[in-house]
Amino acid sequence: MNAVVTVIGKDTVGIIAGISSLCALKDANIVDITQSVLGEYFAMIMLINIEKLSVPFSEFVDLLNNFGKEKSLEVHTVHEDIFNSMHHI
Amino acid sequence: MSIINRDDILETIEMIRSENLDIRTITMGISLFDCVSDDENKLCENIYNKITTSAKDLVKVGSEIEKEYGVPIVNKRVSVTPISLIGGGLDKNGFVHIAKTLDKAAKAIGVDFIGGYTALVHKGATKSDINLIESIPEALSSTELVCSSVNVATTKAGINMDMVDLMGKIIKETAYMTKDSNSIGCAKLVVFANSPEDNPFMAGAYHGVGEPDITINVGVSGPGVVHSAIKRAGNCDFSHLAEIVKKTAFKITRVGQLVASEAARRLGVPFGIVDLSLAPTPKVGDSVAHILEEMGLEMCGAHGTTAALALLNDAVKKGGVMASGHVGGLSGAFIPVSEDRGMINACYHGALTLEKLEAMTAVCSVGLDMIAIPFDTSSSVISGIIADEISIGVINNKTTAVRLIPVYGKKVGDTVDFGGLLGYAPIIKVNNLSPDRFIKRGGRIPAPIHSLKN
Repeated sequence: MNAVVTVIGKDTVGIIAGISSLCALKDANIVDITQSVLGEYFAMIMLINIEKLSVPFSEFVDLLNNFGKEKSLEVHTVHEDIFNSMHHI
Repeated sequence: MSIINRDDILETIEMIRSENLDIRTITMGISLFDCVSDDENKLCENIYNKITTSAKDLVKVGSEIEKEYGVPIVNKRVSVTPISLIGGGLDKNGFVHIAKTLDKAAKAIGVDFIGGYTALVHKGATKSDINLIESIPEALSSTELVCSSVNVATTKAGINMDMVDLMGKIIKETAYMTKDSNSIGCAKLVVFANSPEDNPFMAGAYHGVGEPDITINVGVSGPGVVHSAIKRAGNCDFSHLAEIVKKTAFKITRVGQLVASEAARRLGVPFGIVDLSLAPTPKVGDSVAHILEEMGLEMCGAHGTTAALALLNDAVKKGGVMASGHVGGLSGAFIPVSEDRGMINACYHGALTLEKLEAMTAVCSVGLDMIAIPFDTSSSVISGIIADEISIGVINNKTTAVRLIPVYGKKVGDTVDFGGLLGYAPIIKVNNLSPDRFIKRGGRIPAPIHSLKN
């Protein structure tokens, strides 16, 4: 069972470090990661395994959202099912 | 992203982030047949207990799903068995007592609206039906969350013109009884032809007699997503245009199906239907009218609008049907005037008239919806508008409905603000020539023939 974390915003030091340390803290395993910097903007998509998550998923979503707010980034953490059902027949 | 395509992820996030993709409503349908009692107080107690027990987790589960899938779920609602069938034998005051009970139960579980203060009188009305209908003005003025609907016609039964006549008066009375809040009661009252039994949308939702004890129905939305897709496609031909709408509707509906099955699973009740709807809100970027304009019309209401809406409505259904296991409700594009920024703008400019809206309803999913008219419109003119709209549904074998708001103290050119999702609207001009003698004939307009279709 996976979830997708997307981060969009102004590039600063420590975005991936921040997100991945939160993942490690709550036992979410990073499966895949892609990121790019366009000018001063940062965009990242991270696929994480949430099967062994130590907190309820909704709580984990809040945690990442709060990190996003602190850093003025747009963070979306959603269950992979939404992408699978929307884009696969 | 080995499993999920990167562009797909970005497309979905963009839909949610800037194109207002949302689930408009999760509606739990609850049967109240097992609440029936000949004691009014006992009946109300049973109704309160059944609703607050069955739907106690609805809002919580809705919020959880919203968070986990990242898609906003705008409304959580409850629909119940038509109350005229539950309150047989009650007088007007008894029905108002039920309305207040529904309101109390809805507030206790935290839902946005509760629908089902309903009478089905397409062929004839029982004494309880009449009592319920006559209690509507008081019921809607003494409650906040209760929605009411009356089905006055079906294709199989014809049109009950006695009820069309009565509903004209009830709408006026409801407007007067809620005059201190812009006649808001009428925004919670809808007159139907061929009303569906599994509609999750208000004000017309009720839990039909053929439904299971409890069920989950979901209404999707997403005019902004369709609008953006059409804009990106540029000047393509109609085949391509229809293809784009179909593909987009498929994606939107898949989200609805996911949310519906997940909500049903978590609540432990059967999944009913997904309503394939394009439901606008007054927000920027959430308008059905703007889709029609993006197709190439100078403004919604221009000649060509009905054709554009027909294409849109049909393509939404074609795309959505494949995305969901069960489809139902009102399914199609909605054109509620006060809830759609583009429609509001077109009314201000005089591009959209009541007559053009009526023509549009022949090809869209519902009917004359959320249209503010002057309070001095007579009840027989309102009945005439209802009769016209209902006959479009009856003859064309589709659902049509009328939700008009004769706003107390307002005249043509004024603006009324209902607040929130109900939006705001200019008061639209009504043709005041009298249909009084026609309406007063009484009786039923016979059911139409189903061959010789011309």
